Amino acid sequence: MVNIFIIFLSAVIVNNYVLVNFLGICPFIGVSKKISPAVSMGMATTFVMTLTSAVSWLINKYILEGLNLQFLQTVSFILVIASLVQLVEMFVKKISKPLYDALGIFLPLITTNCAILGVALFLVLKEYNFIESIIFGFSAGVGFTLAIVIMAGIREELELADVPEYFKGAAITMIVAGCLALAFMGFSGLI
Amino acid sequence: MAKKITLSREFLKGLWDENPVLRMLLGLCPALAVTNSAINGLSMGLAVIFTLVMSSAIISLARNIIPKEVRIPTFIIVIATFVTIADKMLAAYFPDISKALGPFVPLIVVNCIILGRQEAFASKNSVSRAVIDAFGMSIGFTITLTILGSVRELLGVGTIFAVQIMPDSFEPWMVMVLQPGAFLTLGLMIGISNWLNAKRAK
Repeated sequence: MVNIFIIFLSAVIVNNYVLVNFLGICPFIGVSKKISPAVSMGMATTFVMTLTSAVSWLINKYILEGLNLQFLQTVSFILVIASLVQLVEMFVKKISKPLYDALGIFLPLITTNCAILGVALFLVLKEYNFIESIIFGFSAGVGFTLAIVIMAGIREELELADVPEYFKGAAITMIVAGCLALAFMGFSGLI
Repeated sequence: MAKKITLSREFLKGLWDENPVLRMLLGLCPALAVTNSAINGLSMGLAVIFTLVMSSAIISLARNIIPKEVRIPTFIIVIATFVTIADKMLAAYFPDISKALGPFVPLIVVNCIILGRQEAFASKNSVSRAVIDAFGMSIGFTITLTILGSVRELLGVGTIFAVQIMPDSFEPWMVMVLQPGAFLTLGLMIGISNWLNAKRAK
């Protein structure tokens, strides 16, 4: 139990996916203009990450390690992610219209979100067991959501700020992200 | 359209006008994650040059036989194959660099620059153009990463490519080689490139 709590805390705050590990920067910059799409993106990512970590753990353990095919890791994980995203999209569309409307357009974007492949690669690297992998995937998603929602909150306020002309847009966003990363560094002694 | 511009323009556009990191904001994850020293930035760039040029060549060759509906999965498999080759080569010949870059080498697969160039360029143009475009884009990426890595290394530990530059009295800014430094440096570089562009347009 303690172990699981530490994995959760570590992935959400101490080793936050976006601000400490630099995974998922593209959606972090791209979808953080307003709070509500940022929340949806975070939810969709968390959902896919949890599923991916379960499936890629099974594939790695029983197919790749079983057949001694670890060099196919990258290829097989990306295929799993791409097909999983497609499946989730069809599934969500069938069972829940409101959920599809909320997550719909973000799902295809997730395939090329490096945070997802990152989770799959990290859980092999860290040698987690099945339950730990699922917790890890879920908490990485929560950490991503936390970062992107905080960022969206700041950027909504930033609209009103008087930013030097050449730093408008991406440049100031990066610098704000830098300050945010500085704040998250304060958690680094926690575990 | 693309056919009208000369081959040299095709190459040069990747270096500045359509620089993937500074102007198109693609491939930011590796740009931020591995640039804590100049050599890491350069090696990541070289891995991207290899992957992008090889997959552009293959996809451009096969552009007429790939069905439109399954083009994205096809691109990803071709890219993933070359990334695996690059990853294993690095691990075999340069184990130190491979260790420093960690999972960011396999993560080149989901680098939006590579998939983006296949979708936007290689699948529609002849092999020679696709290869030249790939070289331009990936060299632009490499130069940006090397500069970013050099600035962070210089301010963070006082060296460039592990050669001492700063005088001994210089107090290193540790924060530059840590995560916040990556965001701050890239933010300033984007701002400066915007300013240079605006100046050139006048």
